[in-house]
Amino acid sequence: MDLLNVILLDGTANAGGAIGAGLAAIGAGIGIGQIGKGAVESIARQPEAVNDIRTNMILTAALIEGAALFGIIVGFLAMVLK
Amino acid sequence: MVSGSFKSLLVAGFSLSIFLFSNICFANDEQGKKGNEKKGGFDANEVIFGHILDAHEFHFLSYEGSDGKTHHATIPLPIILYSPQKGWSVFMSSAFHHGEEEVNGYKLADGKIITTDPAVKVYDLSLTRNVVQMLLVLTILTILMISIGKKYKRGIGVTQAPTGWQNAIEPVITFIRDEVGKSNLGSKYEKYMPYLLTVFFFILINNIFGLIPGSANVTGNIAVTAVLGVIAFFVIVFSGNSHFWAHIFNPPGVPGFVKPILVLVEFLGIFIKPFALIIRLFANMVAGHIIIICLISLIFIFGNLNPAIGWGASPISVGFTIFIYLIEVLVAFLQAYIFTMLTAVFIGMAIEEPHHHDSHDEGYDDAVII
Repeated sequence: MDLLNVILLDGTANAGGAIGAGLAAIGAGIGIGQIGKGAVESIARQPEAVNDIRTNMILTAALIEGAALFGIIVGFLAMVLK
Repeated sequence: MVSGSFKSLLVAGFSLSIFLFSNICFANDEQGKKGNEKKGGFDANEVIFGHILDAHEFHFLSYEGSDGKTHHATIPLPIILYSPQKGWSVFMSSAFHHGEEEVNGYKLADGKIITTDPAVKVYDLSLTRNVVQMLLVLTILTILMISIGKKYKRGIGVTQAPTGWQNAIEPVITFIRDEVGKSNLGSKYEKYMPYLLTVFFFILINNIFGLIPGSANVTGNIAVTAVLGVIAFFVIVFSGNSHFWAHIFNPPGVPGFVKPILVLVEFLGIFIKPFALIIRLFANMVAGHIIIICLISLIFIFGNLNPAIGWGASPISVGFTIFIYLIEVLVAFLQAYIFTMLTAVFIGMAIEEPHHHDSHDEGYDDAVII
């Protein structure tokens, strides 16, 4: 079918890479949003633990960003490699 | 009025015929057209990759002189080449005049050195800007830390209050020693503190230097982060005790049919964890630099369409860039801390002593005494 020809175009690689990077960003957004929600609720419950909670929140957010950037790098590779 | 199932049959039949008998027409798509997109305008690709990748000079700015030629404000770096056929060649990169001239049969093409004679093979051992920045950072670190250490040996900071750079560095070292070293490595933290502190300060200072306009993107280079990751891998593997390896190849408390999969996963995990360290640091640094460059390039991209839009986009673009720049400073510290902390966690998992669940728990009384 001619549909297969569309998939093999160069532009599809760029589109796939960009869409993949966007999805990775959505994943990071959801994950870090959940961290933020948990952190803010915990601070509301126990305001004197703010410093500990903030440290753990930033740490966990950076780890999730690492995973999201994996996805973005793969998207970029999809665009650049033939 | 046709019945419902006949209607659905008609719909299915029509859809099938449309899919099978359609043709996709492509407009006249010349494959050779790709390179001509941005010539004469603003080539965002070239600007971005020119900043991210390694180069044979420190490039600060280029401007269009009054004689119409482009002048570049750069610091040229030495090029050291070895060829089995032609021997060693050492010269400054300014001899290339930005790719226009050819020196000794070597040409600069796309930032790489190639030979004009295909029979000659060349190995590029130059002092590129990544190397020079790394050496600069290492010199600064060594001088700083050794001078601070000597001060401590003389008693300043031990019997008297700390002075000068000790005030800045001591809290950082104490933080790494307590939060990263002691809490993950337990009693054996002193053996690993030199390595962890070196890794932390190396990544931190290189990240900070990389944010200066015109500097090299050291930690955003996959080769640099790969070496850091490989060193971490060797430290983790060579500090693993028999308990660690027993848990990898014989995970306890696992049903028999899951064990082969789990052994494979655990074994791959030994390699994947340092690989994640590599990619995390590399991707964070490169992504940050690309975002900053892209935001600034937006001004020029809009300016190509219409100078008025270019001027209008400038305040927004610069505002966003400052915002992202401050986040990048935070990310510089954060990524250095995360690399160090995860390495400490993995080493801690490798040197963990087996805990015995049986003998100690009988001594506790019941919570509710009847």
